[in-house]
Amino acid sequence: MAKKGNLYELTKGIIKENPTLVTLLGMCPTLAVTVSASNGIGMGLATTFVLICSNAVISLLKNIIPKAVRLPCFIVVIASFVTLIEFLMKGYLPDLYDRLGLFLSLITVNCIILGRAEAFASKNKVLPSILDAIGMGLGFTLSLFTMGSIREIIGTGQWFGMDLHLPVTMGMFIMPAGGFFTLGVLIAVVNKIANKKPPQQVGCANCPNAKNCPSYKNEDNAKEAAAE
Amino acid sequence: MKSLLVILLSAMLTDNFVLSKFMGICPFLGVSKKLDSAVGMGAAVTFVMVCATLCTYPIYTLVLVPMGLEYLKTIAFILIIALFVQLVEMILKKKVPALYNSLGVFLPLITTNCAVLGVTILNTDSGYNIGQSVVNSVGAGLGFSLALVIFSGVRSRVNAANVPEMFKGVPATLIAASVVSVSFMGFSGLFG
Repeated sequence: MAKKGNLYELTKGIIKENPTLVTLLGMCPTLAVTVSASNGIGMGLATTFVLICSNAVISLLKNIIPKAVRLPCFIVVIASFVTLIEFLMKGYLPDLYDRLGLFLSLITVNCIILGRAEAFASKNKVLPSILDAIGMGLGFTLSLFTMGSIREIIGTGQWFGMDLHLPVTMGMFIMPAGGFFTLGVLIAVVNKIANKKPPQQVGCANCPNAKNCPSYKNEDNAKEAAAE
Repeated sequence: MKSLLVILLSAMLTDNFVLSKFMGICPFLGVSKKLDSAVGMGAAVTFVMVCATLCTYPIYTLVLVPMGLEYLKTIAFILIIALFVQLVEMILKKKVPALYNSLGVFLPLITTNCAVLGVTILNTDSGYNIGQSVVNSVGAGLGFSLALVIFSGVRSRVNAANVPEMFKGVPATLIAASVVSVSFMGFSGLFG
């Protein structure tokens, strides 16, 4: 990868390499918690916090961690910060803590965080790693906020709890089915605006397990990954 | 206390892990291209879920709870799952190569599958005893396999259809998943 400026590392995650809408990572929380705009922001910021801390620590430890056991080491670092944010949120934002519930613990296995640790923080210095984490985290928060707003407005006729007095609401949008639908349409619209072909494959190229994955191996883009 | 059958069926159908709880979406979208890999992934996930429950339950009740360390469960559980998956992979490779060839390729993917960590945390959060936890894990695993198998069938039709250019690929797949999820909504309310 060519050397690029710090500003690029900061801004690439927001739109160009947006983790949810372009590289399709971290789909589970994207679909599950975005029933309202405030949930989306809360989940996005919690993930951003864990991402920044884990990227910084992993980038500092990159020469100490043996290559063969790096994935378990990364997971332990990430799980520690997840426990920290669980405590903080339980103490200061108990309401949001109850609404996010199980998915707060599941930040541990969010592939955005493990993917960035593997693809970026374990190869770069501390400052670019932190900037990368801030950018990716903001991109994630932005897409969660957009998803949450769309689903909350169409599904309940409210936005951040304010009543918008819409003539029609569709309850389906806050159901699981509405989550899949909204994300599908959102990805299609983003690709239309960016004038790109829609992604054909879920973010496997960025997954730390890509080389083991049978469904990925058969794809043509395996060759691209090998060429990089 | 809910009966075991109700736990099993509700974990499989009404609270299907993929289609109503959104866990394990990555393998759901990634591995559902072909029927045989969908079956293999489903079997591997069910197996690991049940064994992970059997490993984490004693550690939670015998070590973490008496010492007042419940808040460490995320770290403890993910470590147990990672260790366990590694162990199973090594044992299968050495002892049962036939099974390894059909399931082994899916095992490394499971460590980062949130459905496995999700089911173990859910079991302790709902206060299930060991029998109920295992039944819940079996149900969750079977539900995951069911969703994967159904969706691989739907997907082969979607891939053959002529959808608008901007929806080709992942967007069309997600919208098909939405329709499958609507069909699972028909089960809601089945067990009150």
